[in-house]
Amino acid sequence: MTELYPLKEFRFPIIAECISPDVFESKNREQIASLKVWEGNKQKALGELFKVEEVGTNGQFIAINGDAGKVRRIGSGMTNGEIVIKGNGGMHLGEEMKGGKITVHGDVAGWAGSMMKDGIIEIHGNVSDYLGAPYRGSRMGMSGGRIIVHGNVRNEAGAYMKKGLIKIYGNAGQFAGFRMHDGTIYVSGNCEGRAGACMANGKIIISGALESVLPTFTVDSIKTKVKIEEGETVEEPLYVFLGDLAEGGNGKLYVSKAKNPHLSHYEKLL
Amino acid sequence: MELLVRNGFVYDPLNGIDGERMDIAVRDGKIVEKVDERKARKVDASGMIVMPGGVDIHCHIAGAEVNIGRLLRPEDHFRDYECKTSVTRSGVGHSIPSTFTTGYRYARMGYTTVMNPSMPPLEAKHTHEELNDTPMVDKATYPLLGDWWFVLEYLKQGCIDRLARHVAWLISSTRGYAIKIVNPGGLEAWGFGQNIHSMDEQVPYFCVTPREIIRGLAKVNKLLNLPHTIHVHTNNLGQPGNYATTLETMECVKDLSVEDKPAIHITHCQFSAFKGEDWKTLESGAEEIANYVNCNSHVTLDMGQVVFADTTTMTADGPFQFELSELTGNKWVNHDVETETSSGIVPFHYRRKSYVHATQWSIGLELALLIRDPWKIFLTTDHPNAGPFTYYPRIIAWLMSRKAREATLRRVNARARGRSLLPSIDRELGFHEIAVVTRAGQARALGLENKGHLGVGADSDIAIYDVNPEKTDPSGQYKTVRRALKHAAYTIKDGEIVVKNDEVVKHVKGATMWLDVKTSEMAEITDDMKRRFRDYWTVEFENYPVTDHYVEVPHPIAIKADV
Repeated sequence: MTELYPLKEFRFPIIAECISPDVFESKNREQIASLKVWEGNKQKALGELFKVEEVGTNGQFIAINGDAGKVRRIGSGMTNGEIVIKGNGGMHLGEEMKGGKITVHGDVAGWAGSMMKDGIIEIHGNVSDYLGAPYRGSRMGMSGGRIIVHGNVRNEAGAYMKKGLIKIYGNAGQFAGFRMHDGTIYVSGNCEGRAGACMANGKIIISGALESVLPTFTVDSIKTKVKIEEGETVEEPLYVFLGDLAEGGNGKLYVSKAKNPHLSHYEKLL
Repeated sequence: MELLVRNGFVYDPLNGIDGERMDIAVRDGKIVEKVDERKARKVDASGMIVMPGGVDIHCHIAGAEVNIGRLLRPEDHFRDYECKTSVTRSGVGHSIPSTFTTGYRYARMGYTTVMNPSMPPLEAKHTHEELNDTPMVDKATYPLLGDWWFVLEYLKQGCIDRLARHVAWLISSTRGYAIKIVNPGGLEAWGFGQNIHSMDEQVPYFCVTPREIIRGLAKVNKLLNLPHTIHVHTNNLGQPGNYATTLETMECVKDLSVEDKPAIHITHCQFSAFKGEDWKTLESGAEEIANYVNCNSHVTLDMGQVVFADTTTMTADGPFQFELSELTGNKWVNHDVETETSSGIVPFHYRRKSYVHATQWSIGLELALLIRDPWKIFLTTDHPNAGPFTYYPRIIAWLMSRKAREATLRRVNARARGRSLLPSIDRELGFHEIAVVTRAGQARALGLENKGHLGVGADSDIAIYDVNPEKTDPSGQYKTVRRALKHAAYTIKDGEIVVKNDEVVKHVKGATMWLDVKTSEMAEITDDMKRRFRDYWTVEFENYPVTDHYVEVPHPIAIKADV
């Protein structure tokens, strides 16, 4: 197990894709401390920014104790092992990760789990925009794995998602599931609106209030329960909307009936 | 500054040198008979191939549409970036690299001359600013003239002489190099949401046909004594069954060829060699085109070879790009070039397992292999339309090795494999022929007298590749050849070593060539023309021509016209 302690409060963004169990696994303390990272426009050794400590023999476990809110690309492309951040995490956390687990006991900046293929990311704080969404301009959305957020997320969570699961136990911003192709997004709290815009397929479940449903969705039925994943279901009456018809989509948007009395006018269309 | 390249295997097709072991002497940027051996800096090229610097006749590297392609595709940048070194600048981009990176990557493959084929005259200033920032290579650019209003009008009136003077004015004032024609008539029709589907369909409101445009501009090309022929992107490009249009296009200028010299260059011919009714029945029309080209001498072609990669298509052919974006569902840009041409940009991924893409891949290679004379077909990918130029070594490997072709063929769509003509073609190009299709032939077609060869007096642009033709059999060891051609051992530009072992060691600017066409009478600049600029263009006529300070390293070529 490797423990990293930030040596200072970072002012500049740090690009540290080397903080990954795949890289740390076969290295000793000195080798890890000499890994190259960028701080702003200067290349530095990891040891200049973090105190590196080896505890125990599990090479696949990394703990970051302290605020890493400016440290980007932690766990990028990792295939196994575990990273625990006791503090905040920076942008592009777990970008394109293929396996393993990242746990963050704090907030995370944008693009967490961007383009991830497999593995688990669990975040106990809030998350900024583009959770699980691809890099700007790209259509390669999340293609597997699970992201669990216990706080709130901002806009465009799960954009272009192809497969996998995103569970948000707080509130979500606008455009949740923008252009998603498949997979599941569950929002336990409220959702700001435009959920599922341009979606082609997949499933979005909103247990809280949704400001409004896009006019390009059509109401299909009312269901009493819906499955999030194996062993977890939402059991309450839910409106089922289909869309986005503007894109010829066949996605399903489930919205709680109890929390959304303003959607009751859809019932007469059933 | 003197330089002596010693003991290399020299391939210089224009001077008939085929793999002879000899020295090349350089003084002050020119190739000379000999230099003082004691004083000259020596480059040991023993066991290596020495060729003239590569020449690329058609690749989109500068101008508005390239730049908008960069804007459209941030995802193209983030996976492919280059850090700055003490010599070079940093850059990003895979299919549309930033200008500096474009120059460096060409130089690292041994290319020293690059032609930017599509410039709406309106965007000439922008294009030249980008060309200024493309280092390491000499470059030139072709203004788009096939749908230029005044061209269409002069053609309607049948005044070829006046048209010729007008074209001369336009080429000189945009600092251009050749007449580029894209989907003649179709781009003007696109202004009205239409397209042109045959050679004899009239352009809306102008009452001229694509046949008249091509023939008219071919005559103009001859009257002005331009070094290159007209450079044509055919009608119906990218449509199944368009090989017939291509044959018609080539045939329509046959009588304008003098002394069997080329009268037309059909560019990225792969996209114009489709047979079949629709995408499902698409087949290769390469055999028909190759037969025609083998029997006629007034045509040159370039391949537009597809490589299986993620790339960005960009052309002035707006209607075609619109269809492509509808077909793929990808994002696209229809760039506004006012009255002059049109323009479209669509990201595209050529996939091995797609029947259409695999067939396209096959068509390009079939064309290059079935056309017997390498002086008639040149290697391009129509960068970035069919693939980034950085894939040239891969294409060279396919041309040189049947084994390389079969290795790829095994992995493509099975139906495309079954229909491909490639298994029946045994031809493998040698280094001599590769030197023709990548430099000598292109330089000759472009009329660049000092490029593409290593004779005395030529520009000392030299590429040296670390592969021994005596010990390496390109047919079997195609990977070795591919690696060597991708990473030049040395690139020499204007007598200076600019690349050594795939690393840029010196940043040079490279000149912009343009034609200063001298006509006996000035072109007519009427008040009516100025009025129309004021009414329909965003740029006033007075501000329209590219002024000298826009071209940092100008290399004007004076041409005396017959009109």
